[in-house]
Amino acid sequence: MSDRKGMELIADLVPPGSRVLDLGCGNGELLAYLREHRQCSGYVIEIDDANVLACTERGVDVIQLNLEEGLAIFEDQSFDVVLQLDTLQHLRHTERMLRETARVGRVGIVSFPNFAHWPNRVQVAAGRMPVTRVLPYQWYDTPNIRVGTFADFEVLARKNGLHVRESFGIQGGRAVRRFPNLLASVAVFKFDRG
Amino acid sequence: MGSVGHVQPQSIHFAEPLPLKSGSTLRDYTLVYETYGTLNAARDNAVLVCHALNASHHVAGTYDGQPKSEGWWDNLVGPGKPLDTNRFFVIGVNNPGSCFGSTGPMQIDPATDQPYGAHFPVVTVEDWVDAQARLLDRLGIRQLAAVLGGSLGGMQALSWSLRYPDRLRHCIAVATAPNLSAQNIAFNEVARRAIITDPEFHGGHYYAYGTVPKRGLRVARMIGHITYLSDDSMEAKFGRTMKGAVLGYSTQDIEFEIESYLRYQGDKFSEYFDANTYLLITRALDYFDPAREHGGSLTAAFAGARCKFQLVSFTTDWRFSPARSREIVKALLDNRLSVSYAEIDAPHGHDAFLLDDSRYHGVLRQRFANIADEVRA
Repeated sequence: MSDRKGMELIADLVPPGSRVLDLGCGNGELLAYLREHRQCSGYVIEIDDANVLACTERGVDVIQLNLEEGLAIFEDQSFDVVLQLDTLQHLRHTERMLRETARVGRVGIVSFPNFAHWPNRVQVAAGRMPVTRVLPYQWYDTPNIRVGTFADFEVLARKNGLHVRESFGIQGGRAVRRFPNLLASVAVFKFDRG
Repeated sequence: MGSVGHVQPQSIHFAEPLPLKSGSTLRDYTLVYETYGTLNAARDNAVLVCHALNASHHVAGTYDGQPKSEGWWDNLVGPGKPLDTNRFFVIGVNNPGSCFGSTGPMQIDPATDQPYGAHFPVVTVEDWVDAQARLLDRLGIRQLAAVLGGSLGGMQALSWSLRYPDRLRHCIAVATAPNLSAQNIAFNEVARRAIITDPEFHGGHYYAYGTVPKRGLRVARMIGHITYLSDDSMEAKFGRTMKGAVLGYSTQDIEFEIESYLRYQGDKFSEYFDANTYLLITRALDYFDPAREHGGSLTAAFAGARCKFQLVSFTTDWRFSPARSREIVKALLDNRLSVSYAEIDAPHGHDAFLLDDSRYHGVLRQRFANIADEVRA
């Protein structure tokens, strides 16, 4: 989450004092924020060397792992909250990862680029794959190996027996609660196993 | 980044017997150690560096008049280096049973007035940690800022967190394992058999015969050395490079560069290392298994740990593989302890922990900087 306000909106979903696991956290900014502002503790999981170093610099506990290999190192329900922000679209085994998130955490929070945001729809309608601020890549060089929409995730969550407790879009640093599938470039879901 | 410069080993004699895990005791022993940097007024900026199989208390710096005598972790320890001696007081200590000055099998057993030889008691990682703790008592250090070790040294660092949970703030364990695998014990056993079956070994009492089981030591070192390197790094360094221009069609002469290299390493090692020490230290490796006393549960073993942990492994290290470090990470996570883990994609195998890969040293540099801030060193 490079967008500070977006990060704060997501941080607001995390109950104070939570034990948090942040998957694919980047530079550890969010956990450092949660630690400082919401008295949280926990770990971040990263694969990238530069991000591991950045987390170390922040004094955030970081475990260098490849998420594609699963979360076997973590026991069931061993965290209050598992965060999976802006990583789902990079993963090969998205559905398995989602189930793992729900296994390890009592609550899961995910965010990902919403492909159904209207500028994307306009560009696709015009016959081209969208290139936007949230999806800045050309179709041939994108690291996002899959694209999905706000509405798609609701279906996937249901299919996996996950209960969405809160959901909204983020656009321009603000929460979008009306027509998020159309009006927001980022989708955010908070869910549990019910 | 500089060197700590010329250093001098010191020694302390301990008259109080050291009870050993085996039930035996080491009566009356000496520990040789070196220190770098300055102990602060609060006496809380000390970092203990534990050595592995063939190293010693000589971690950093050089000896006066011996320009090639750099300590074994000189690339990590010194002013401005990742373990910065401008901020930390660093201690290297030679473990009992070793052959670099602390009481070991080459020295006189006060009970018999003969060299200990094969009678030197079997020492374990836990015994070493107890001996190190006594050294700290003498130096007036109640709590270490950190204990750092790689490989067998990493096992000592882990053991510190279990035996003296309140005497260290951070445990930094590199390229290590919660115990040795069968394959690892097998390599150690081959090395030991090479030494024990050398006719010059004389049941471990070769000092009395004026002999040295060099053949055994050479083979032990050769096999050890192979396991410290990765297949890729050996391929890159030696490949199938021949020693001569034409094939000799000899079964006994050196044909390949790798043979020449291993023989050289074996020869060099056999000149300075003690055979009984090799047996003792490989046994200490074999015996280390903190989970054993907890029904095989590493999670239960770490239940009493209090310090913060940093683990590092190297992807091409097949002797102490990343999977083994992840077992430790898991046990720490299960206990909700503070742990960070870096898995460095370095090509050099187990040896990587002694090299200065920038990602590896970057993580340690940052970690030690945080620790220094924590203790206001």
